[in-house]
Amino acid sequence: MKRLLLALLLLTSAAAAAVPETFSDPALEARARHLQRELRCLVCQGQSIDESNAELAGDLRRTVREQIAAGRSDDEIKDYLRSRYGDFILMQPPVEPVTWLLWLAPFLVLAGAGGVAWMAVSKARKIPDSADSQKIADF
Amino acid sequence: MIGELGQLALCFALALSLVMANAGIMGAAPGSGTARHIAHGAAMGFFVFIVLAFGALTWAYLISDFSLRTVADNSTTLQPLVYKITAVWSNHEGSMLLWMLVMAVYTGAIAAGGRGGERITSAALGVMGLLAAAFLLFILFTSSPFLRLDPQPFEGAGLNPLLQDPGAAMHPPMLYFGYVGLSAAFAYAAAAMIVGDPESEGWARAARPFMLVAWMALTCGIALGSWWAYYTLGWGGFWFWDAVENASLMPWLIATALLHSALATEMRGAFRTWTLLLAIAGFSMSLIGTFLVRSGVITSVHSFASDPTRGFFILVLIGLAVGGALALFAWRAPQLQRGVAFEPVSRETTLLLNNVFLIASCAAVFVGTLYPLALDALTGQKITVGPPFFAITFAPIFFALLALVPLGPRLSWRKAELKEAMRPLYPALGVAVLAALVVLAVLTPRSLAGAGAFAMAGWLLATSVIEIRRRKGARASAFAAAIAHAGLAVSLLGIAGTTVWRSEALVLVGPGDKVNVGPYTLRFDGTVRSDGPNYRASRATIDLLDGNSVAATMHPEQRIYNAEGQDVSVTAIRTTGLRDLYLALGDDRGHGRWTLRAYVSPLAPLIWLGALVMALGGGLSLFGRLRAKATEPKAAPAVALAAE
Repeated sequence: MKRLLLALLLLTSAAAAAVPETFSDPALEARARHLQRELRCLVCQGQSIDESNAELAGDLRRTVREQIAAGRSDDEIKDYLRSRYGDFILMQPPVEPVTWLLWLAPFLVLAGAGGVAWMAVSKARKIPDSADSQKIADF
Repeated sequence: MIGELGQLALCFALALSLVMANAGIMGAAPGSGTARHIAHGAAMGFFVFIVLAFGALTWAYLISDFSLRTVADNSTTLQPLVYKITAVWSNHEGSMLLWMLVMAVYTGAIAAGGRGGERITSAALGVMGLLAAAFLLFILFTSSPFLRLDPQPFEGAGLNPLLQDPGAAMHPPMLYFGYVGLSAAFAYAAAAMIVGDPESEGWARAARPFMLVAWMALTCGIALGSWWAYYTLGWGGFWFWDAVENASLMPWLIATALLHSALATEMRGAFRTWTLLLAIAGFSMSLIGTFLVRSGVITSVHSFASDPTRGFFILVLIGLAVGGALALFAWRAPQLQRGVAFEPVSRETTLLLNNVFLIASCAAVFVGTLYPLALDALTGQKITVGPPFFAITFAPIFFALLALVPLGPRLSWRKAELKEAMRPLYPALGVAVLAALVVLAVLTPRSLAGAGAFAMAGWLLATSVIEIRRRKGARASAFAAAIAHAGLAVSLLGIAGTTVWRSEALVLVGPGDKVNVGPYTLRFDGTVRSDGPNYRASRATIDLLDGNSVAATMHPEQRIYNAEGQDVSVTAIRTTGLRDLYLALGDDRGHGRWTLRAYVSPLAPLIWLGALVMALGGGLSLFGRLRAKATEPKAAPAVALAAE
């Protein structure tokens, strides 16, 4: 963690003063805000750098804005930060072999539960009606 | 002295819970009347001793008895009376005692209600006894709130400032009524499996009031937690997909599935084993939630205690409770299974679909919460599963479920005509399309997702209105489903409004500066020092301008609590009921300049209003049942008379 903090400090102190906190161009500003929401504040509890008041988040915001000002694309900026801080910084986990299960699990469960329901319905359809209507008649 | 009495009461409660477990399960056998009486008596005694223990701890807080460690850690003599009381459960030890208190209330209700027949009641008490004993062992060995401090400090450390707030104070009791209520449903399910057929027929009916109370409490508890996060955390969001929030959402999703599946079991005898499994799963989710919050495997703004031994203990408890229940299920369920005939187009099928979608959405939350933990533990690789993941997985699955919601109540049991059932709903389809078109035409920025959400909300609201009109004159409980479903629509409107059309300004302001956000113009008039008894604060004055005159003045604050050194932003929110103007003061940048976050969140209050409406629907259903039960004995002679 200490190394991480140091790296961040070095990374951000260099050009800290020059970049504005908000871009006057609304399109650039919207891009920056969007990107900030997709990056995690590394020392916070699950907040994005857009939401956090932590100093570190401020530094990361500045980095994002510097890079936007330097004309880099969103993907380039994300890749740059990812190469430094790892996947942990991305709010949306990347799709790679180690996260396939994560991404697929909800839909596998959906398909599995759907299959079970399908079987239940087709089974219930074949049950002779007589036993059942007998039971209703008993009421 | 009072501390020792409390500890002693817990020990007696443990002994009685063991008696209750033993006698209760013995009483499940036919003709064991004596065992049933013992279980019943033990349940009442257990209730009394837990109330005594909780009373002892509350008393210690009221008189500021700092010789108790938990009191010294969480209270001060200066704390307002209400926060002395809520401090009782604001920490791990006390909150586990609150858990026991809620469990004692449910146990008392099972014993006193005696629904579902003598054998089922007895077995359910037995299972509650086992669970209570496990939790009491947990409290006595790892987290006793009655441990002494020597020497006792002159003054206590005080309650975490974030928790000195009505929302935060009421949140845990609400959630516990939900979590523990699911343990009552679990106890009935286990009881049904212990007793076996045909005596167990009525378990779903007997457990339904507990499911309803648990579900309502979870609904309110989650809404309360979300509202608290909205107004305290200072960045305008209402749901962060934080692990602790997810821990409360998972039991809610399963409890919702359980309510629907149990309906089919109760009315038609269908899905018996499935409903049993859901009752087990619901309580498992409660336990997993407790494990996540208590064990320290995650850190979050909402969790307040962590200790690996406790985590381990809860993990063992999960293993025993879930493993035991599943073993019982594997043994008994085949005997309880009974084929019930229904056609693919029927209410049964819609209830199955409800379950399919709810379980898949719960799976999304489950992997999203636990996968990063598992991956870190297994490979050391750290990933973040943030809101975008849930937007891609949870949201579409849940959205698909919403589309089907109005169909269920329209279709008749066993066999239905889709066309005939749908015909009265055509106007609602019109409303949905109209809502989408209006949203696309009028609101900026233009958003397809927003239009879709409004169309869905329109569909749900209009079908609810149609359903309510159709049932005009029926008793109150007949409207329960329509109202709960309308609540979903209301929340959806709030969520869409805030997520899609929120305007925001994150600005650096000095005295006299104007800020435009959404339709509002604000003027920052500077800050003044406004210190409280245990914090330093800067209080901003911000005017809401209407032309050149001041329409209103708002005062967001930035506080630093002395003891903890913690920054707390006290937001200022002005609501019209349909739109929130939300201000949070950020950092002091010197020379009277501050960062300011301003949000205009359209429809935000509807998020929590919708949850209340949902809970109201649950309440109507519960009320209808309790009243039906109260009038049962009277109804019987009337029928007899009529027969004569």
